[in-house]
Amino acid sequence: MLFKRKEFLQIGSLATASLMLPKFLKAFEGKAIVPPGNKVLVVLQFSGGNDGLNTIIPVRNDIYYKSRPKLGIEKNNALSLTDEVGINPALPAFKELFDDGSLGILNGVGYPNPDRSHFRSMDIWQSASDSDKYIYSGWLGRYLDAQCSGCSKPTQALEVDDVLSLALKGEDNKGLAVKDPRRLYNTSHEKYFKDINAAHKNGEEPVVDYLYKTLSDTLSSADYIFQQSRLHPSSQMYPATELGKNLKTISSLILSDINTKVYYVSLGSFDTHVNQESQQKRLFTELNDAINAFVKELKDNNRFQDVMLMTFSEFGRRVAQNASGGTDHGTANNMFLVGGGLKQKGLINAMVDLNDLNEGDLKHTIDFKNVYATILRQWLDADDKAILGKQYELMNFV
Amino acid sequence: MSTNQLKNQHLVWRAAFGPMAENASELQDVSQKELYQILLKTSAKDPIPFNVASNLFDGTLKGIQDVGRLQNFDKDEKKMLRKQSVKDLKNLNLTWLTEMINSEAQIREKMSLFWHGHFACRVINIYFQQQLLNMIRDNALNNFSNLLREVSKSAAMLSFLNNQQNKKQHPNENFAREVMELFTMGRGNYTEDDVKESARAFTGWGFNLQGEFVDRPFAHDNGRKTFLGKTGNFNGDDIIDILLEQKQTAKFITQKIYRYFVNDTPDIEKIEWLSSRFYQSGYNIKNLLTDIYTSKWFYDDKNIGNHIKSPVELLVGIRRFILMELDKPEVQLLFERALGQVLFYPPNVAGWPGGKSWIDSSALMLRMRIPQILTNADDFIVKPKDDDDTMMGMEGVDEKPKEKQVNSIINWTAVTKVFDDTPRESLMQKISEVVLQTKDKISPVILNRYIDKDAKDVYIKTTLVELMSTPEYQLC
Repeated sequence: MLFKRKEFLQIGSLATASLMLPKFLKAFEGKAIVPPGNKVLVVLQFSGGNDGLNTIIPVRNDIYYKSRPKLGIEKNNALSLTDEVGINPALPAFKELFDDGSLGILNGVGYPNPDRSHFRSMDIWQSASDSDKYIYSGWLGRYLDAQCSGCSKPTQALEVDDVLSLALKGEDNKGLAVKDPRRLYNTSHEKYFKDINAAHKNGEEPVVDYLYKTLSDTLSSADYIFQQSRLHPSSQMYPATELGKNLKTISSLILSDINTKVYYVSLGSFDTHVNQESQQKRLFTELNDAINAFVKELKDNNRFQDVMLMTFSEFGRRVAQNASGGTDHGTANNMFLVGGGLKQKGLINAMVDLNDLNEGDLKHTIDFKNVYATILRQWLDADDKAILGKQYELMNFV
Repeated sequence: MSTNQLKNQHLVWRAAFGPMAENASELQDVSQKELYQILLKTSAKDPIPFNVASNLFDGTLKGIQDVGRLQNFDKDEKKMLRKQSVKDLKNLNLTWLTEMINSEAQIREKMSLFWHGHFACRVINIYFQQQLLNMIRDNALNNFSNLLREVSKSAAMLSFLNNQQNKKQHPNENFAREVMELFTMGRGNYTEDDVKESARAFTGWGFNLQGEFVDRPFAHDNGRKTFLGKTGNFNGDDIIDILLEQKQTAKFITQKIYRYFVNDTPDIEKIEWLSSRFYQSGYNIKNLLTDIYTSKWFYDDKNIGNHIKSPVELLVGIRRFILMELDKPEVQLLFERALGQVLFYPPNVAGWPGGKSWIDSSALMLRMRIPQILTNADDFIVKPKDDDDTMMGMEGVDEKPKEKQVNSIINWTAVTKVFDDTPRESLMQKISEVVLQTKDKISPVILNRYIDKDAKDVYIKTTLVELMSTPEYQLC
């Protein structure tokens, strides 16, 4: 028996079970790819350009306070990480993770010739391209290409959203966007789609076959994800926010037997040109509470050491505040790494030097592609060079 | 061997946005050459320029004489202008969609959509964008040299590619690089030195806030430049002339057009033949299209039914065949966003990559539901991603995905009329032949399970919608 009886009964109750059976069986072939205990990556995108300087705060730096007379966060208000460094007061759970040895902070992450347009810079981060090149596939999509030739469906990488990001689009393989497993199940569960899919036979038209392969993958994945998501209903209380719901979906899948290696989810908008304080606080509170529940759930189920959550934003913001109580588009930024399997913890590298700016902008000290390479190689056990097109020096955090 | 009707539909799908219900039955007997002549004729007139910029925006900007005075605007005024631009760009988007659906100048609008992607430009300024689009529509079928020169001198492009900042003391190479890489020759046909030298030649090219081209002599580098083997005191126009002298430019454009309109797999021999004629004609776009659409090979089996429709082609194609009025036309913008092709917001300077990149699981599911959503059989519950460039962190913050009931009034008689003379027993096959361009067809046994067989008109409606809700319909 390839699957448990409980799952079979659930499927058996569907009207189309007999038609779907062969494809459904196919859905379980991939199971061996991720045996329990294997590593999972969760990418959390801060859309809009999060202000890194008010996230990880140089509490003893005069330049910081001079540049931000109104926006600067007082040493007393920041949650202390070290003598020199504090964290935003809306992130107490991150302070706990820091103390616990489950948080890594990378400072000054960026790329040469930074672009200040949201869409372009996000493109650069998601495709892992140089800023003067255009690549139409994403780094995690190419991970699927490298890892997954012959995989029968796209559940190796899931984005919790209605629309798939470039990051998860490979040349040949694409991840799957699923906002809500039940809804995907319902929308794809149109008998007509299943019927035409079952009746299709590959022929002389490769593009038609490609579309049917996508359809077939979607239908079998929709069933598979939905069933998996119900195997381990979450016992943890999650906040009733968008991110809370999304991380709940992710944890229910991590705790199931699904073959997913990569999850992708976004939070935003961090584009704080105006009234930054309240906007960032609102988003950080949402972040903090959702992560808090997520980590607790993984720990309770003994899976925290198998999960790494990575955050990034398309750019940081300028060092100086603007006249509207906000900050404008900048360059380098910090990244969080959360997980029970980190080799380097706390502040992994030095804070960015505020004495050494480029026309008011931070100079990056780590290229984000080094971070990607490290995660691909050391965490996901993948061929980073093939995926990134070049050998980037590996770091030591995992 | 393809039928005459299939070949005609092929021409209408590729050169235009697909058949209209009312013309569908005429496609049986006419020859491809005749049909192409009709398409040319209906696109012969000069287009009426779009003008959707709101009075406020138009008036404010026209009232300003120079860039300097914009700096006197306070933040709120600038923000208001930007907000108005975002809103007006939505109008321009919908206005153009309507034109694609209803205009008889189909070849021109289709070709304009191609150039809109080729000359990709993402600037949130309704006035500049509208001007650029009108420029493209004016020149879409005429002369590529003129089109290239006008676009290169447009405020939209100069602004998008930072040439306003390209000055003698501080050259900015962005514009020069993209003109070569994306507009004319393509990567690999020039050196980094060529980029540097041509950037010097383009120094001083700029624009004012009324969207007029301005040549600023004080910012221009008057020195000698060596570009693609030629040396002289070149200015921007000289560079464009030299680029147009390169056969590679004709080849690059021809290859792109071939892949867009004929087949994604380039045929080197045909592209050579087409591009040398394009070059000899002095870049006459209409001649190039005539060479393609009146050739025999364009109608070869391998070129039919294998092009993945872009989201705009898909949407416009459905709406041309099923004439409808939407109570909330804005829903079309949500489709564009969810499917990855928002007009005036290309993903980057290289435009939309097209082909398989349109298709992933969620996109395909939505594409297959659109016919049902538009004909009121299904609700729309997809939330597209936010766009920080247009929202500036302010809008959509608390927007929850909600079901959107799309209401449309459909002129079904126009559709059912097409099949007036078709006997009931061949009706399904007939509809399938009109709707699908692929050799692969949907099995009648399956269709029969889902079709409402009561009356002829509902039979036609349901068959049509089911056939449009298939992977096959994504292709043309």
